Amino acid sequence: MSYDKKFLISLYQRMSLIRKFEERVKFLFLEGVMPGTIHQYNGQEGVAVGVCSTLGEGDVITSTHRPHGHAVARGLSIESLMHELFGKVTGCCKGKGGSMHMGDLEKGMVPAVAIVAGAIPMATGMALAMKMKKQPNVVICFMGDGAVNEGAFHEGVNMGAIWQLPVVYVIENNLYSASTPIFDMVRLKKLSDRAAGYGIPGVTIDGNDVLAVHEATQAAIARARNGEGPTLLECMTYRITGHSRRDPCNYQPEGERKHALENEPIRRFHKYLLGEGLATEAELAKADEENDVEIEAAVKSAMAAADPAPEAALEDLYV
Amino acid sequence: MARLSIAEALREGLRDEMIRDERVFCLGEDIGIRGGWGGAFTVTLGLENNFRNRIIDTPIAEAGIFGVALGAAVMGLRPVADVQYGDFLFCAMDQLVNQIAKMRYMSGGKLTVPLVMRAPVGSTGRGAQHAQNLESFFISVPGIKVACPATAYDALGILRAAIRDDNPVLIFEHKILYGSKGARAEADAVDASSEIPSEDYIVPIGKGIVRREGTDVTIVGTLLMMHRALQAAETLAAEGISAEVIDPRSLVPFDWDLVNASVMKTGRAVIVEEGPKRGGWSAEIAATLAETMSDYLTAPVTRVASPDIPVPFAPPMENFYRPDANRIVEAVRKLLVAA
Repeated sequence: MSYDKKFLISLYQRMSLIRKFEERVKFLFLEGVMPGTIHQYNGQEGVAVGVCSTLGEGDVITSTHRPHGHAVARGLSIESLMHELFGKVTGCCKGKGGSMHMGDLEKGMVPAVAIVAGAIPMATGMALAMKMKKQPNVVICFMGDGAVNEGAFHEGVNMGAIWQLPVVYVIENNLYSASTPIFDMVRLKKLSDRAAGYGIPGVTIDGNDVLAVHEATQAAIARARNGEGPTLLECMTYRITGHSRRDPCNYQPEGERKHALENEPIRRFHKYLLGEGLATEAELAKADEENDVEIEAAVKSAMAAADPAPEAALEDLYV
Repeated sequence: MARLSIAEALREGLRDEMIRDERVFCLGEDIGIRGGWGGAFTVTLGLENNFRNRIIDTPIAEAGIFGVALGAAVMGLRPVADVQYGDFLFCAMDQLVNQIAKMRYMSGGKLTVPLVMRAPVGSTGRGAQHAQNLESFFISVPGIKVACPATAYDALGILRAAIRDDNPVLIFEHKILYGSKGARAEADAVDASSEIPSEDYIVPIGKGIVRREGTDVTIVGTLLMMHRALQAAETLAAEGISAEVIDPRSLVPFDWDLVNASVMKTGRAVIVEEGPKRGGWSAEIAATLAETMSDYLTAPVTRVASPDIPVPFAPPMENFYRPDANRIVEAVRKLLVAA
């Protein structure tokens, strides 16, 4: 498939934006300036960007405890996300969500659900609503590899299958459920084999190849929009940062980690674009610089923004 | 005007609301199977004939049901999701407590979750797992309104209010009060039918009602216990004791104005709860009255509730478990003697 140069650079720029966002957030967090805890997305950018680059207005994603990459890929503003991480009322959830619950339905992302597999039935229900309303949209349900062992996965995916709903269940298989190797916890070679149990297609692809993710998602969405129901799309990837906070990843073998660093999606795509003559060094550097500027502006405005009044905690429950 | 049972009133309410608002739909187990029962207690019986695409039968998958309902609600539909027995809500607790109750709040108030949940409760000869009263679990979850209609009039009015509410509402219904017919009839059914006006009305969630006026003691009870409290009041009247019976009709929000006004008058309160006494909703009411109404109370607030055991099966043991009119009468007598 051939792509427009502008589109290819936009994929690169968006992946780089996620990486830079995460690196900046980690620094702010370790400095003690940013409150809370964080689960970061470094290394998995190919999945979020590859998937979300296929979406349009009215399509909705659901996310997990590791939602920063999804939010950036879906196009929530860096400013609204940074403000949320700092717990400001100007954040995307007015400071009531934080890292693990960022989202904004108007921008196509429901607040992230930080219970593993917890959002899968909800994603199915959103797709049911689209079908009932004859709305020509799709739901993307992101989940980690660990989610496939939860009961909610079974209940949610099965309902999506029996009602042939417009939803794509995307497994980001980074090989570890927190620190536990996923393939110690399933007797399967591929997590997408679970699809057979629901009578839907299961596909496993290289999740660090942003174009492969884009194309596989397009195919799944075409099925979904055509009323043919869900797809279980497993994207093989790797988390090149800790599970959360200060995790040194001692459970990741050195060789595996080294290979993963060479194979990570941004470096790979950078090399690909230059190698194929699809972009110049200067064009990609410019994209990186623009990202830096955007992130710094967001950090600055977030740190300057007023904290919420403590009593604002009492608002936003009932109308 | 027509006299309807709770099951019939709920059915008419669902029908009316689905006609009035095309966003309303029902989902649950066995609710629209042709030749089936219309749910465990006949509430949706026959609705599938008129609303084939809006009476959605689900797999036996309670977490899935409530999660799907949440997703549909977030997208602007108004689902009514039910379980066959309230006990099955435990299979869906993550969806109920972590997702449904918190989604609006976590979004900073940007999302609304117009979701109605229905669950039958009450000990009715089915042993320990089809019998529990779950109200106490849910009153401690901010983000879910909890209603408990004891009559057909209230069941319909509360259902309408719940469907039109932009927040999650959990309606507990009592198996003995449904008035289900045919194969789904209950052996010890209590008549909770009402004359139902033909005009559209709602019963606001959070608004209680005085079922019987009195001056000596306030008895608070919901669902079946409200009916038992009325029986007790009748017995007490014969002894010259004037009991006021209050049906709060919902536990969250709670009609404190109504209960407080009654306690100011009577100076005594007995809270009746079907369900274990330990950590029950009656404890919450009693504690709040003790905190805020001590100037008016002339006797300790008393609770009548079930013992702290699972619901037993054998009828003599189940009757021992569930509070009845005699137990309420005893509690009131004790209070008045103490005074």
